[in-house]
Amino acid sequence: MNAKTSNGLLLGATVALVVFALAFSRPVTGEAFGSSDVQAVAVVEELRPDYQPWFSPLWEPPSGEIESLLFGLQSAVGAGLLCYALGYWRGVRKNRKGADA
Amino acid sequence: MHIMEGCLPVEHALGWSVASASFVGFGLHRLSRRIKEDRSANLFLGACAGFAFVLSAMKLPSVTGSCSHPTGVGLGAILLGPTTMSVLGSVVLVFQALFLAHGGITTLGANVFSMAIAGSFAAWGVHRVSIKLHVPSSVAIFLAATISDLATYAVTSIQLGLAFPASQGGVAASIAKFLLVFVPTQLPLAVSEGFLTVLVVNLLKSHLGSDKRFPVLTGASR
Repeated sequence: MNAKTSNGLLLGATVALVVFALAFSRPVTGEAFGSSDVQAVAVVEELRPDYQPWFSPLWEPPSGEIESLLFGLQSAVGAGLLCYALGYWRGVRKNRKGADA
Repeated sequence: MHIMEGCLPVEHALGWSVASASFVGFGLHRLSRRIKEDRSANLFLGACAGFAFVLSAMKLPSVTGSCSHPTGVGLGAILLGPTTMSVLGSVVLVFQALFLAHGGITTLGANVFSMAIAGSFAAWGVHRVSIKLHVPSSVAIFLAATISDLATYAVTSIQLGLAFPASQGGVAASIAKFLLVFVPTQLPLAVSEGFLTVLVVNLLKSHLGSDKRFPVLTGASR
């Protein structure tokens, strides 16, 4: 299998897993597609009903919109870094090939 | 895997912070030496950090009807080594603790330990063992990234279980309870992380060609 085909299959399989989850799963408890981190807090409350978090976040995104802005920013910076490196290496390699020819 | 701010008792929070600080401190020392010795490795650091930034920002739906996120540390742990990757993984967690209220300052030590340290060492270890057993290189990378992802959530469950033992069954029963919250949701996401890590390694191979510094990329790929 060449690299392009296997990369296509890998990407396709990842998308399929996400779509399958969105289409066919129903939440057992709590809100639909809530966070498993929040479910863990619920288990803490169940195990130790008297436990009070002793510290709260210094700053919280004021709304869901701002939160998605920051998550978007995080992935944009990450994709930028990764793809800059890939593009750079591709260019270096192309140049080297050109020089050899 | 983010333990929320204030959700670990003080002594646990302190203990995990001390444990993580020593690993990350050592990683920083190695990282600064590496940058001095070989400046061209900086781009590799950026690429691996970038992958972890993207993957840990992706809240993906899972078959259990809840959402969680991959970690992205497997790639860097295989390419750069677990101590270096533990530093890069920590950067992600600091960003999320400060600006997203995901995790927190008091739980940073515990979260760094599960994702950046345990996740990195799991990936590195599984990859090494797989290669020793002559597992094909792509399969070795898939296994390393998938198991690293699951190991992160298993360690989170252990941390919470140790902090909040069940009144019946104690620590073990409590760990089982937390595993039941995290693992079923995480399984398909860990598989996705495995696929994406192999994909990026393929891209690195085809764009970079073979690079002597990174035997992972020079090995026969298919």
